[in-house]
Amino acid sequence: MHTKSLTQLVEGLRSGEFSAVELAQWYLDRIERHANLNAFITVDRELTLAQARAADQRASQDAPPLNGIPVAHKDIFCAEGMLTTCGSRILGNFTAPYDATVIERFKAVGTVILGKTNMDEFAMGSSNETSYYGPVRNPWNPELVPGGSSGGSAAAVAARLAPAATGTDTGGSIRQPAAFCGVTGLKPSYGRVSRYGMVAFASSLDQGGPITRSVADAALLLDVMAGFDPRDSTSVEQEAPEFTAALGQELSGLRIGLPRQYFGEGLDAAVQETVREALKVYEGLGAKLVDVDLPNSELCVPCYYVLAPSEASSNLSRFDGVRYGHRAEHYDDLMDMYMRTRSEGFGAEVKRRIMIGTYALSAGYYDAYYVKAQKLRRLIADDFDRAFEQCDVLMGPTTPSTAFALGAKSDDPVAMYLNDIYTISVNLAGLPALSLPAGFDARGMPVGLQVIGRYFDESRLLNVGYRYQQETDWHDRMPAGIE
Amino acid sequence: MALAKDTVYRIGRLARIHVGDEEADRYADELSRILDLVEQMNAADTERVEPLAHPQERSLRLREDEITEADQREAFQGIAPAVEAGLYLVPKVIE
Repeated sequence: MHTKSLTQLVEGLRSGEFSAVELAQWYLDRIERHANLNAFITVDRELTLAQARAADQRASQDAPPLNGIPVAHKDIFCAEGMLTTCGSRILGNFTAPYDATVIERFKAVGTVILGKTNMDEFAMGSSNETSYYGPVRNPWNPELVPGGSSGGSAAAVAARLAPAATGTDTGGSIRQPAAFCGVTGLKPSYGRVSRYGMVAFASSLDQGGPITRSVADAALLLDVMAGFDPRDSTSVEQEAPEFTAALGQELSGLRIGLPRQYFGEGLDAAVQETVREALKVYEGLGAKLVDVDLPNSELCVPCYYVLAPSEASSNLSRFDGVRYGHRAEHYDDLMDMYMRTRSEGFGAEVKRRIMIGTYALSAGYYDAYYVKAQKLRRLIADDFDRAFEQCDVLMGPTTPSTAFALGAKSDDPVAMYLNDIYTISVNLAGLPALSLPAGFDARGMPVGLQVIGRYFDESRLLNVGYRYQQETDWHDRMPAGIE
Repeated sequence: MALAKDTVYRIGRLARIHVGDEEADRYADELSRILDLVEQMNAADTERVEPLAHPQERSLRLREDEITEADQREAFQGIAPAVEAGLYLVPKVIE
């Protein structure tokens, strides 16, 4: 059952080959059997089975197609009545009193919540090691990291513990773990998917999206997730097209831009070679390759590490031990209560980022850091505009290397940050981007191909990914050792 | 740029994060390394560039000034650390 695609599962439920309860049970058992991966923070068997039973009762020809399909959600999305920790101790006792719009939309089409997946604390990390609930292990090699911050979702889909999952991406948090775990990840355009009820990290960069085995499955999920939401002030007031309908179109004449800066120093040779092979597949489909420049792309990491921590320091000021979440047990006065609550509740990486952001926004430094970074952000966004004058999509590696060992970079924040060098600029510009499984390195670890689209051009982006997966079977490979 | 320990304590107070004496050196070192990374920004000439705050350069949508949310005070206070008579309790701030 777990080797089936979403489309096949939909068919199986329709035809009565299995029920939603049987399907949920199957996946719940797999999650239990592979608990060593630590991909989930919360699994509520009773709740999942109750939702599956309700789906079975609804099942009829008129039920929405995804009725009864189990989906795992990153533990950053509030789900009413469920623990929503965001990977943090400070939300360790937080039972969400309402549904995020994304969760509400998944419920409306009858999907079943399979559980809440593990993640870097407040989505701050590239290895899933900053989670208060312990690191997730990479299903392809449990000594290696799954990437982050949506590491639990990517590992769950790779190990077939869930047919599909949601993630969020602020600087690469969907695409980088998708690449490390050999699955498909889509970061939609900023404003495409509602952020309501999604715990905020950096509000001008955060975007929710699907993590799935294939692009076809990602399109099915995006059809559910995308669309205008009046409760999110930055949600774009535009009806989403039917993304699944765009799949299968010819690619002849497609112009693929290759940013010179994405193939330079620092890129692992095996990753480079794998990406070049993928480009040949596209040439075979009639696409043309064009060299383009993103001259400021090297500066995206410094720019991001001002803007994201600045927004985070403001967003995370809400965690004060007054209205919800953890409160320190002993304190002298109000100030002491804030200080102790936050010091106990946040982990090291979150504290570092709050402090960097606080510094960058503080009197005397605001212009040198925050305003400077915003100016750079415009240069980076302008670079993309110019590149897209010459091409329809951009391609390159998702990450400079394949998955690294647990503990290898956890003591060196800057080395960790540089992992996101190819993904961050996309968030700064608000563009949509995919990571596709494109092959393996000599150690057998997956390599991700990144495809970047124009703003709100997900239909084309998904079709470009879909055609590649019709020609290749990398996305169907299962980790050895996972049964 | 190397951050002084005093600056680390000051940032900690502003951020409402306790910095213990044993942690101050580590913070100073880590934050200084991040600032070194950040200062690579100075390589770019941004003299005549307008700041970009947001990928959508448009003003936020306005809506009618109507109540759209239902009163859920009880549900929300049900998960608070300390409440009494519909109020959130904090340590005494006014003598």
